[in-house]
Amino acid sequence: MKRFLPWIILAAAVGCIAANWLPSKTARDDFDFSRFGEIPVLVGGRVKPLDTVARNSLLIIHGKQELRLESGKRLSAMQWLADVLFNAPVADQYPVFVVQNADVLGLFGWQQSDRKYFSFADFSPFLKQIDEQAAQSDKLEAVQRSAYQSAILNLRNGLSLYQRLKNSIQPEGAENFTAELQGFASSVPGAATAARQRAMGENFDKAKLDDVAAMIQRYERLSEMAYVLAVPPNELDDEWHSVGNSLLRSVRIGEIHPVVIEYAVIGDAYRANDQPLFNQHAQFVTDWFAREQPNTTKRSSFEFLFNRLQPFSQSMTLYVLAFLLACGSWLGWSSLLRRSAFYVLLLALAIHTFGLVSRMYLQERPPVTNLYSSAIFIGWGAVIVALILERIFRDGIGAACAGAIGFVTLIIAHHLAGSGDTLEMLQAVLDTNIWLATHVVAITTGYSAMFLAGMLAIIYVVRGVFTTSLEKQTADSLARMTYGVVCFATLFSFVGTVLGGIWADQSWGRFWGWDPKENGAVLIVLWCAIILHARWGGFIRQRGLMIMALFGNIVTSFSWFGVNMLGVGLHSYGFMQKAFPWLVGFMISQLALMAIAAMPLEKWRSFGPARVPTRGDQPQIPAPLPAGQAPTH
Amino acid sequence: MLRQLVDIFTSLKLTIICLAAGMALIFAGTLAQVHLGIHEAQQRYFQSMFVWWPPDTRGFQIPIFPGGHLIGAVLLVNLIAAHLKRFRWNWRKLGIHLTHAGLIIMLAGGLFTDLFAVESHMRLSHGDTRNYSEDMRETELAVIDTSGDDLDQVTTIPESVLRHNRVIDHWSLPFRIAVRSFYQNSRLKMLSQAGEGAQPIANQGPGAMIAVEPVARATAADERDVPSAAIEILPKDGGSLGTWLVSDALGAPQTFACGGRTWMLTLRPSRYYKPYSVTLQKFMHEKYAGTEIPKNFASKVTLIDPERSVNRDVLIYMNHPLRYRGETFYQAGFQKDDSATILQVVHNPSFIAPYMACVIVAAGLLVQFGFHLVRFSRQRRKAIA
Repeated sequence: MKRFLPWIILAAAVGCIAANWLPSKTARDDFDFSRFGEIPVLVGGRVKPLDTVARNSLLIIHGKQELRLESGKRLSAMQWLADVLFNAPVADQYPVFVVQNADVLGLFGWQQSDRKYFSFADFSPFLKQIDEQAAQSDKLEAVQRSAYQSAILNLRNGLSLYQRLKNSIQPEGAENFTAELQGFASSVPGAATAARQRAMGENFDKAKLDDVAAMIQRYERLSEMAYVLAVPPNELDDEWHSVGNSLLRSVRIGEIHPVVIEYAVIGDAYRANDQPLFNQHAQFVTDWFAREQPNTTKRSSFEFLFNRLQPFSQSMTLYVLAFLLACGSWLGWSSLLRRSAFYVLLLALAIHTFGLVSRMYLQERPPVTNLYSSAIFIGWGAVIVALILERIFRDGIGAACAGAIGFVTLIIAHHLAGSGDTLEMLQAVLDTNIWLATHVVAITTGYSAMFLAGMLAIIYVVRGVFTTSLEKQTADSLARMTYGVVCFATLFSFVGTVLGGIWADQSWGRFWGWDPKENGAVLIVLWCAIILHARWGGFIRQRGLMIMALFGNIVTSFSWFGVNMLGVGLHSYGFMQKAFPWLVGFMISQLALMAIAAMPLEKWRSFGPARVPTRGDQPQIPAPLPAGQAPTH
Repeated sequence: MLRQLVDIFTSLKLTIICLAAGMALIFAGTLAQVHLGIHEAQQRYFQSMFVWWPPDTRGFQIPIFPGGHLIGAVLLVNLIAAHLKRFRWNWRKLGIHLTHAGLIIMLAGGLFTDLFAVESHMRLSHGDTRNYSEDMRETELAVIDTSGDDLDQVTTIPESVLRHNRVIDHWSLPFRIAVRSFYQNSRLKMLSQAGEGAQPIANQGPGAMIAVEPVARATAADERDVPSAAIEILPKDGGSLGTWLVSDALGAPQTFACGGRTWMLTLRPSRYYKPYSVTLQKFMHEKYAGTEIPKNFASKVTLIDPERSVNRDVLIYMNHPLRYRGETFYQAGFQKDDSATILQVVHNPSFIAPYMACVIVAAGLLVQFGFHLVRFSRQRRKAIA
């Protein structure tokens, strides 16, 4: 029975994932938000389903992809968006805006309490004040802003996004938009005649003209506010338009775009709580898109599916499970637990890969295009290399590394996603798939390898110092793995760095510009070179190698994140104040581990005096060094 | 003695020390960019023999750390020396030899580029034709004799000479030029708007109504200094014509008469003339629909080179520069309202070095590590068997 354990664990994991992935059934008398959420729109230069717009907007404003009301009721992002689009008075009461800065709260005369979520209605008396304060901090560079200034700017951006969303599909507060549009459509021809008559100097019906003029003003405002471009291109022109803009164009074209009318019906049905009508017309729109815009629709329905499956959070859970299994394998039942960990990891990697490839398909880009995707890719690369190590050495170490790095990098990615769309369009200079596919991939693979080497060193130190489980054979294997992975890191970091230089030479004529990100990359290359030369020269042995690999973690994290926090140079995509304490914490933890590793070997539980005489296999590789020669250089 | 020196220069310890010093320097130089700006930090840390302290160049300074040039040079010597001494042909060492040969090319190429590459800008409005590019930092004082029928005689004095407030005497000019004051970076204000007590530094031309305030040097990557100077014209036959304010911020050149000829005086970005000309036909700036995110910039230009009978249209856009007669034109920027394009013009005779080096080093590392891997897996298989 026991030998089936790995298979049982794998089956259980598959079962859990499958249960998560089954679509939740919409009851017949409920709004079909998944149908509605599948409708494609254009936001941020990219066609995406409304569901993505809902999730990203809620993430920007609220920090989460789900809203919990004070009553305890949970709203999905789509439910929230439907209220914002069609039922603004209700949405205005939802506590979505996060404000924690005491100075910002003080601006409105509020005291800092345990409440941190506020509704639009709470802020509506202060909009002008917020705007003025934010305009002041907008003048500063991100690095120069104080906490208050960043917070007020964030709040302003959230509020403005929210107001633009409210005016994306219909004017905020419209009661019966379908009727309004019918009225507009019927009065436009009359107004056009009147306008012509006026231009010719004939008698004209002023009332007809004024009627439409007021409507046109209303739609001009709507078109200025719109965040979402909801009206797709047709045979008459090849651009997406906002509802407001499309209505203005309809004056010239003579008919209102069918999608605009459908949205109006959907909105009215939503307000009237008419579920069947809402569902029927949501279906109409998706059918219309599938017929008229087959390519766009295919991609955006896939994105909808991708949003629902959440592959990265699924694999995150699996990585934790695998890590625990692998660590457990060092305590007992080793072979079974190790195999279980390996199978779970394969499953996690498969889901991770699915996520990575899906993003590449959606974006039509190589895997790494921003900081978020670099985290996804670093984890992915490290897991693959670690699994290869596990396959070769079969001692649970590779599996533990894979689990730990997979989990941590995905957590990092999760926190990097807060700024909105992670599939954003690329700035012109980055718009080249060849260099993204070579330079960026090579550099991030180098990061993966450095972190993997660092993780191996962590296992070496923790197991060696705190447990008695680090036997000579394990220590040797770890040293070999670390050395091999450092070689791998050297190759990729070097090639990646130089390719970056060549890209720079191609795009602005400077092979090397001492840009912070370039410097970060070269620091990794130099550190790898130092490790390899120190080892070849015999200046370090096993323990020295491990200490240096730990320092590699610091160098790599500086290169990956630290340089972006400086806020200078061409690669500074976004200043990340929030990540700073985490980065410093990580660096300190690595320094602490290095200090622990530098303790005399007698203090290591695995190498301590109690264990030495019993074995013939001393000198335990990190043999005491001759006096005067430090274990590391 | 010599033997010791050779030992030092061929030692692996020196390599490691250089690499570690390089890391420390790069780390410090990167952090310094926050306050100094990329250009200044680069000069002080990377393109120097030593990093000096205190940073103020006027007073007494001591070197506190080797600079980029020194570390690079020592590393280069160390690499070459070590290989000369230990080099023995052996297939098993092929990877190591290749890697280091590539690194030598790269380091030498880097040094060469630092010394000989010239970067400049060419700003073109629609329809403009230029046969020169302008330096991004350095300015020059141009004194132009406009009395020729179809040829202007231009005498230029580089900024480095102006900085020392000297009297300049040049054989081609019937007057001497005295630099009365020089501001590396300045702000100009009309006297009426400047505070009380503001004095003009010139008494001729528009400069007599302008106050000059010194300001701290520009550090941001997209800013440049606005140098200004007070220039007194002293005819060689005695007397003074007065003092003019010249500044990068003043648009049109100023004129004066001397020796029966009309002269123009202007402080402008240093120019690099070319034997060919470039005309901007059209600048295009695309954005992603519904956003302000730039999608592409492109400049359509006409390249005319009578010497080589070239007259063709070229499209310069992101990641697709124009390479012509040893110079490369890149799409670098544009004026805010899209009315002008800014091309970066680079002359770098050693641009090919990193390309070669990359291929050689990558091949070397692959061979070396591949060799390790094969040996390792062979041992492993034997151990298992």
